Amino acid sequence: MPLLASLYNLAQWLTQNRTEAEDLVQETFTKALRGFDTFQPGTNFRAWIYRILRNTFLTSRTGLRASREVLFSEEEDDAGRGVEAITEETPESILLAAAEHELIATALEQLPVVQREIILLCDVEEMTYREIAEVLAIPIGTVMSRLARARKAMRQLLAQKDRSAHR
Amino acid sequence: MTCERWLERLDAYVDGELPKAEFEEMGQHLSECASCSSHALARSQLKRGIHQAGKAFTPSAELRERIERTVRPRSSFRGWAWWPQLGFAVLALAFLVGGAMLWPRHSQPGALISELADLYVATLASPNPVDVASSDRHTVKPWFQGKVPFTFNLPELGGSPFELVGGRVTYLEQNPGAELLFSIRKHMLSLFIFKDSPELGRAIGSPGESRQELSFHVESWSEGGLRYIIISDAGPADIDDLRVRIQQASR
Repeated sequence: MPLLASLYNLAQWLTQNRTEAEDLVQETFTKALRGFDTFQPGTNFRAWIYRILRNTFLTSRTGLRASREVLFSEEEDDAGRGVEAITEETPESILLAAAEHELIATALEQLPVVQREIILLCDVEEMTYREIAEVLAIPIGTVMSRLARARKAMRQLLAQKDRSAHR
Repeated sequence: MTCERWLERLDAYVDGELPKAEFEEMGQHLSECASCSSHALARSQLKRGIHQAGKAFTPSAELRERIERTVRPRSSFRGWAWWPQLGFAVLALAFLVGGAMLWPRHSQPGALISELADLYVATLASPNPVDVASSDRHTVKPWFQGKVPFTFNLPELGGSPFELVGGRVTYLEQNPGAELLFSIRKHMLSLFIFKDSPELGRAIGSPGESRQELSFHVESWSEGGLRYIIISDAGPADIDDLRVRIQQASR
């Protein structure tokens, strides 16, 4: 995907709203333009502009609400708070759910924004852990643990949905 | 190591982030453990599912225009202060139109061959020439699923002088493709596969043509909408032998 399309796609996943997403992308480009002299040639341009988008989002009203989830989910232990842990995920239930785009999209929407964002950067934008660390300004170890938690939550959501669909 | 410990590293495995040695260890364990391998399959399927379902929203034409207006260089400029803006505008516009204008077009027939020769040399020079290292075509082919926008067949090389070394994703003119590495008597051969297009065909040269570039031998043909190019320091007879095997496998 060309950069504008990717940035827009991520923006709408973050804001869950077309108008807000459009304003977010517009503001990202404006800020990038203004701050282009702070961009160091030879460093990762893509990570740089995604970081601007993300920081801009975090200072928006929707983003401020979401940033409270950041603290919450970073401290979250593996008991799977936020997602009901009673559902047992099995490879079979995930395989079935993975074929259904609608199920996946709904599950993504239900994830806390920090978890949704890291999954999108990794699986849709296909960024390396190093790039993700740069965008989110966190250590690679945190990228790995946050990603693991996000995926676990995703699998549990899908297993739940799969179960209710086949009840 | 218990399965639980393996499962902890499964995300990094599926994301291609495990160091080579651990990647191989993991592959070994997965081939022996049905439970872990079904988890691995489920996770990579889910990753693919998210990859597809995650591309859900496209920018409207109005937003595109708004952004273009934003990145267009201002007409009133003070001193040299507009330089970075101009630089960014060029870059941003290039991304808006899909990156096509940042790179010069190759109008000369065969001009891309030297780029392929560079890719081939870079592969040989790399300490990790392939990202999926296996002589088993049933391992190498599925590895490309979801990584390149097409699929291809590889020949069974048992009993032939060739050996499959592995493969990696490569790019030519911003188009993803597959690079397969084969060996024959200490010589390495790279087989490149890309989605074919008239421009690509022109830039590479006429199909079936065998030629020399920087004393590497090159053979290229088109089949089923795909463009195949073999490049190697091996002799033309070996290259031709491999081409015949690959063509037979893809029919």
